[in-house]
Amino acid sequence: MGAFSALLKRDLALAIRLGGGGATALAFFTLAVLMIPFGVGAELPVLARIAGGVLWVAALLACLLSLDRVFQADFEDGSLDQLLTSGLPAELTVAAKAIAHWLTTGLPIVVAAPILGLMLAIPEAAIQPLILSLLAGTPALSFIGAVGAALTVGVRRGGLLLSILVLPLYVPTLIFGARVVEAAAASRLARPSCSSPPSPSSPSPSARSPRPGRCG
Amino acid sequence: MRIWAENLGCRRGGRRVYRGVSLAVEAGRATQLRGPNGAGKSTLLRQFAGLLPVTEGDAGIGEVSLARDAAEARLHIAYAGHLDAIKPALGVRANLVFWAGLLGSGNDARVDAAIARLGLEAVADAPAAYCSAGQKRRLGLARLLVADRPVWLLDEPTVSLDAAATAVVAEMIAEHCAGGGSALIATHIDLGLSDMETFEMPGREPAPAPEASQHDEDDPFLAGAWG
Repeated sequence: MGAFSALLKRDLALAIRLGGGGATALAFFTLAVLMIPFGVGAELPVLARIAGGVLWVAALLACLLSLDRVFQADFEDGSLDQLLTSGLPAELTVAAKAIAHWLTTGLPIVVAAPILGLMLAIPEAAIQPLILSLLAGTPALSFIGAVGAALTVGVRRGGLLLSILVLPLYVPTLIFGARVVEAAAASRLARPSCSSPPSPSSPSPSARSPRPGRCG
Repeated sequence: MRIWAENLGCRRGGRRVYRGVSLAVEAGRATQLRGPNGAGKSTLLRQFAGLLPVTEGDAGIGEVSLARDAAEARLHIAYAGHLDAIKPALGVRANLVFWAGLLGSGNDARVDAAIARLGLEAVADAPAAYCSAGQKRRLGLARLLVADRPVWLLDEPTVSLDAAATAVVAEMIAEHCAGGGSALIATHIDLGLSDMETFEMPGREPAPAPEASQHDEDDPFLAGAWG
């Protein structure tokens, strides 16, 4: 366990240093979301309807942007050889690096997403599902992405190839996340009288039995 | 621990690098690996490090066979290759502290001792990016001192080192062997160790005629493909 935490700590330290790219993904996420109102116009009902999907697609792209650094730098300077001969099982090495990637990329996005969601006029009822779906989904993005990063590690400037390989694998996660937010927002829009957001721990009766004609 | 190979062969990219390598380095001994450029010295060391699969013949560390259990064999080796595995963004000391944590000892006193041994005190707190090539190589070799591994596999350890540092490396190897460790070292220079044995890499076979190389019957992957 000492070796695992040593690797995790080092990857976190490297991510916040110059060139580590820790803040880049968050900045990209913010900018990508801020571009949307310029592109589709500032009509709040339209923005509210697409907010969940926009946030999820932006999170996915921001994650993708920083994936190539997961193994590439270690491969180029010989650290990967040392990691493989260290005695730490390769599975744990990959896990440590994917967790470090999530902590520096996915977690900041989870924190920033509700704030950016407010800018997109996301319905209040959808904020909690948004956070929960991102918490559940962004680790999957890091771990699935690690597969693509490992496959393209020997390819110089393999970022584009990495995107092509990994994006199709992200589809199930994206559908899950975006649908959760969309469903929560739709039920809120359909029943404006319902003021408390449906929470998984204590679902209100109205959330449990939505009238299908008005929530679809 | 003993390092051994029996009739070990290696192919990379469809081309044979070497075949029939048999050697043994007893515990407490160091062996110099010699051979012209391209003879496969680095490849052999990578096979011993478990970084390339052993598919022809066998090799191992102590009782452990690399063909059967490379993961177990890796626990005994410390490998220093051409690349020093140094993170330029981290300090010299921080680099070494990380390797100490990863490779097991995790002991601050040993990190300090290793820094002093290789003459890195002056740059210990500077980012490794500002180190010279020789200092980076010293830092890479300092890793051997914080990793508690009985088998050292060194690939050209003295490249870009000055005479004084080369002498330190020779001393380190001698002490490692005196403590019961063994070392396999690919190098072109004489390290000045009195009881070092030498293993000459088998010469490269003459390139086969083009027709013959297309029908490579040695390759297990292609076996049977030619009808």
